[in-house]
Formats: sequence, C-alpha cells, structure tokens
Amino acid sequence: MTVWIAVAVTALGCYAVKLLGLSVPAGLLERPLVRRLAALVPVAMLAALTAIQTFGSGRDLVVDARAAGLAAAAVALLLRAPFLVVVGAAIVVTAAVRALTG
Amino acid sequence: MRDALGVGVAVGLSGFAFGVTSAGAGLSLAQTCVLSLFVFTGASQFALVGALGAGGNPAAAVAGALFLGVRNAFYGLRLSHLLRLPGPVRPLAAHWIIDETSAVAMAQPDRASARLGFTVTGVTLYTLWNLTTLLGALGAEALGDPSAWGLDAAGPAVFLALLGSMLKGRQETLVAVLAVVLALACLPLLPAGVPVLVAALAAPIVLIVTRRKEARP
Repeated sequence: MTVWIAVAVTALGCYAVKLLGLSVPAGLLERPLVRRLAALVPVAMLAALTAIQTFGSGRDLVVDARAAGLAAAAVALLLRAPFLVVVGAAIVVTAAVRALTG
Repeated sequence: MRDALGVGVAVGLSGFAFGVTSAGAGLSLAQTCVLSLFVFTGASQFALVGALGAGGNPAAAVAGALFLGVRNAFYGLRLSHLLRLPGPVRPLAAHWIIDETSAVAMAQPDRASARLGFTVTGVTLYTLWNLTTLLGALGAEALGDPSAWGLDAAGPAVFLALLGSMLKGRQETLVAVLAVVLALACLPLLPAGVPVLVAALAAPIVLIVTRRKEARP
C-alpha cells in the first residue's frame, strides 16, 4: 500500500511541476538566482544518484562490477558516444566482469 | 530524422531497463506501468524505484523523485514562450515536458517546427517508453536476477549520461563533485533515500560560495 501511495504522490507531484512551469507567468521563475539554482539542483542529484547506485550496497560502500560498468559508460561519454551506447556499455561491461569474477 | 531514431532506440532500451529495474526493486507490474504512464520522467522514476528497492523511507524516496522533476518546470517556462499553446491543449502537453522533448523543441528554428518537433517526439517517446517498460517488467521474471545481466548498472548509467549533458562549466563540476562526496559520506549514516536529499544541498552551497568570491574585489 505504501508503495502505491508513493507512486501516486510522485505521479501527481511530477505532473503538477510540469504544468506549473507551463502556466505561471514568466518573471516569477525567471530571476537569475532561481534559474541558476534550478539548473544546479539536478546536477547535484544526478551526481549523487550515480555514486550511490554504483557504490552503495544497503548501507555499505562497495566497489564491484558496477564500478567497471560505470567506468565504461564514462569513457563512452567522453568519446561523445550516443546515449544508447553509453547505457549499453555499462550493462555489457558489468555483466562481463560479473561473469568473469563470479 | 536519424537523431530522432537514435533517441527513440535509446529511450526504448532505457524503458526496458526501467521495467526490469522496477520489477527487481519489488514493484508490481501495475505499479511499474503506472509510473511510466503517469510520472513519465525517467530520472525521477529510476530514483523512486531505486530508493524504494533499497528499503528507503517512502517519503524520502518521493521527495528525491520530485526534486529531480523540478527541472521540468523550467523547461515548461521556456516552452510556453516558444510554443504559445492554446489553453485547452496545455494540460495535455504538460505531461510530455521532459528532457528530450524540450531539447528537440528548443533546437527548432521557428514556432511551427518547434510545435511539430515537440509533438512528434512526445508521441514517439510516450508510446515507446510505456511499451518497453511493460516488456521489461514482464521480461524481468524470465530474466531472473537482473544483476546477472548487468542491468543494475543501467540506472546509474542513465543518470551519468544525463549528468554529462549538464556539466557545462566549472560551477556544475564543483556541484557534482561536492554532491558525490556528500552522498557517499552520508550513505552509511542516514536511512536510504536521505543521502540524495543531503547531496542536493551541494547546489545552494556552491552557489553561495562562488557568489561570495565573485563579490570580492
């Protein structure tokens, strides 16, 4: 039940945020500081999520096959590979390292 | 056109990864599909199921997903000028305001092609994303343990790819580095889902610190 509530609140909230942007008069959100903060918050959260989902295992920090997969994704990104290749590289390398070591 | 196809395939693959990840995190088929149908913003969806799957506090998981969704409000703001949508269409169009549709619309030279680009990208992505989510969630059972296939690396790779497109300057890099340090330092200490929220503070911290530096003569 809790999961359903979380799903519903996320859906409503994410939709409200999208509609808000389309509906509010400009000016309110267009202050430079607000804009800057709005651009930087996703950067912080995506960086944090990447790190946690790569090195987190419950409450422990571990370095496992996922780290190798992420390194491959990072290399693909630096080579300006398309989105698909970046995600694909992470999946393939993680699976390969796991198959070789596990 | 080739770009549109590339985006379509990439989104298709990440929709599949989302379906598998969500099922692996313990969400039901219906819950997984409802997320893709009604949340329809990938990073928030991955963040929510990741936090729930790690046994995180649901409130913190939802807060993290919503924080990530806030950027769509700023896309909406720019798109409302660009597309000048008539009132009745607005609530419908709002649902499609995400990274990819905004990027395509903003790249067009005039209003007509921006509207067309937004609509075509929206229809394609919405259809594909939901279809592949369903396939992924259904396939998860057949695949068994998603980690054996390396699919647990899909979520972080999606985050990294989105992050890569946002790292444009020194301030962005500083925020990202500080956020990683904060998140990993908090992980052993705080309940799941909360470290990401703490890491979000990296944005205002860097903004305040760099402003002070600029203000100095």
